[in-house]
Amino acid sequence: MTELPHSIRGAADLLRSRRTSALELTEAALERSHADRHNAWLHLCDERARAQARTADARLKLGDATALTGIPWACKDIIGTKAIPTTAGSRILEGYVPPYSATVVERLDERGAVMLGKTNLDEFAMGSSNENSAFGPVKNPWRTDRVPGGSSGGSAVAVAAGEALFALGTDTGGSIRQPAALCGVVGMKPTYGRVPRWGVVAFASSLDQVGPFTNTVEDAAIVCEAIFGKDPNDTTMVTEFPDDDLQTDLEKGVKGMRLGVPKEYFSLKGMEPGVERAVRAALKVLEREGAKLEEVSLSLTDHGLAVYYIIQPAEASSNLARYDGIRYGLRVEGPNLLETYRRTRGKGFGPEVKRRMILGTYALSAGYYDAYYVKAQKVRTLIKAEYDRVFEKVDALVTPTSPTVAFAIGAKVNDPLAMYLNDVFTLPVNISGLPGISVPCGFSDGLPVGLQIIANSYQERTMFRVAAAYERATPHHLARPEVKAA
Amino acid sequence: MAIDRSVVEKAAGLARIALTPEEVERFTGQLSVVLQAVERLKEVDTEKVSATASVLPILDVMREDEVRPGLSVDEAFANAPRGGRDGEFFRVQQVLEDRP
Repeated sequence: MTELPHSIRGAADLLRSRRTSALELTEAALERSHADRHNAWLHLCDERARAQARTADARLKLGDATALTGIPWACKDIIGTKAIPTTAGSRILEGYVPPYSATVVERLDERGAVMLGKTNLDEFAMGSSNENSAFGPVKNPWRTDRVPGGSSGGSAVAVAAGEALFALGTDTGGSIRQPAALCGVVGMKPTYGRVPRWGVVAFASSLDQVGPFTNTVEDAAIVCEAIFGKDPNDTTMVTEFPDDDLQTDLEKGVKGMRLGVPKEYFSLKGMEPGVERAVRAALKVLEREGAKLEEVSLSLTDHGLAVYYIIQPAEASSNLARYDGIRYGLRVEGPNLLETYRRTRGKGFGPEVKRRMILGTYALSAGYYDAYYVKAQKVRTLIKAEYDRVFEKVDALVTPTSPTVAFAIGAKVNDPLAMYLNDVFTLPVNISGLPGISVPCGFSDGLPVGLQIIANSYQERTMFRVAAAYERATPHHLARPEVKAA
Repeated sequence: MAIDRSVVEKAAGLARIALTPEEVERFTGQLSVVLQAVERLKEVDTEKVSATASVLPILDVMREDEVRPGLSVDEAFANAPRGGRDGEFFRVQQVLEDRP
């Protein structure tokens, strides 16, 4: 099978110099995607992709191309796509065909990107292993008995296995960064409020954000430039912040930058020694490149998990109330309307979604609302304040993305708390609304390790600058799993 | 806090989710563990702290009240479950009981 170019930038150069066409690139990507053996895809839309590729070739000929024109990409199946099934990984939405596309999809369509299809995910993005999909688990291309991480597991695999040049995912507590780390690709969550959520199936609305999976840091900046910016249909977006050129600082290097190393991120019980080794080595690289490392303290890191596992299920239990079997999706009829609701939701939702609905409903119910939900919101204020204070002293934070490498399929599926611990380093970033990126930083036991770089709100440029400097200094982002064809 | 089956049953009722007895049993154990873990928040002093619902400092986002194209009736009904459409209405079961 034909391999895809290593990056969006590389592919765009080939397209512009006519050494390949968008249609050729798309055919290669479709061939690889159809041969995927990791259950990464839920739906491939060949004809739509070919039509987009032909239009892209016409634009390239006219000299009207953008950086993404003719670039094949993969869309997490929680992002609505007009006339293409969108399941959110759930039986309750099986057969649902959205009557409109999410704003992020429209923006990529306008730029001439070629959408190959929809990728597998944990049901409603609830999970860290992609085992909660109603359509079967996704396998890690580095070792197929391992999970790819989650919830955007299919998107991470599509990029890692060279089936698409980039993918979109959503990140509520780590659902882009953690699978990116476990699959050895770049994954980035933007500042809360910079990317429109219109048309994206809502999970936990004060935490959700759409972001890219790519092969390189520069590619992540390219995709972010395409999807960032105010959308009149989304009322939860920052109104004042101007769109900036995210690629401006990529080449600047880290010399003289102050990088914070939060000590609580290295004292966690359950952190694998191989992960710590790889991340410590990465810190040395950044120091050698001229950054000044400073140990900082984020004393509430431990409490992040508790805050997250109240706020997130509470918001989810409210958002998912809309799946009642009346207007779309599955309907399981009972003797009366209440029974129809109960049976539809009992049959349509999988175990993890049910657990979180029950937990969230409990935390919001009379008598417990103040003790759980309001308490968590108050600690959220303190966690955010702690990050604000740290960013007065440092330009960015450098941490592990996940405490472990990819674990065995089935290992944590009946132990929700152990599963939730996967996100202990990523979810405080969502709680605080900050931008974060995971970049490959080597291997432990032959499996990829991710380095997380966190910047202050709206400082994506600073975050990309550090990530790009690290990437230039190391070869880790070039490593790819050996993918066997079906 | 350890919880018993009645707590799970009550919350599942409020959430309109039918559970099997096995699910109630399993979730009771699993959610007890999760609730014990979140109990730790009690250690944090939040006496003088206000709650954060959203990190964005924005309020009441408005747009111009202009007429814009929306979904057609057929588009809006396209995903209705089988038998779930009745002309320009979604068909639901009777909610109010007939008077004798």
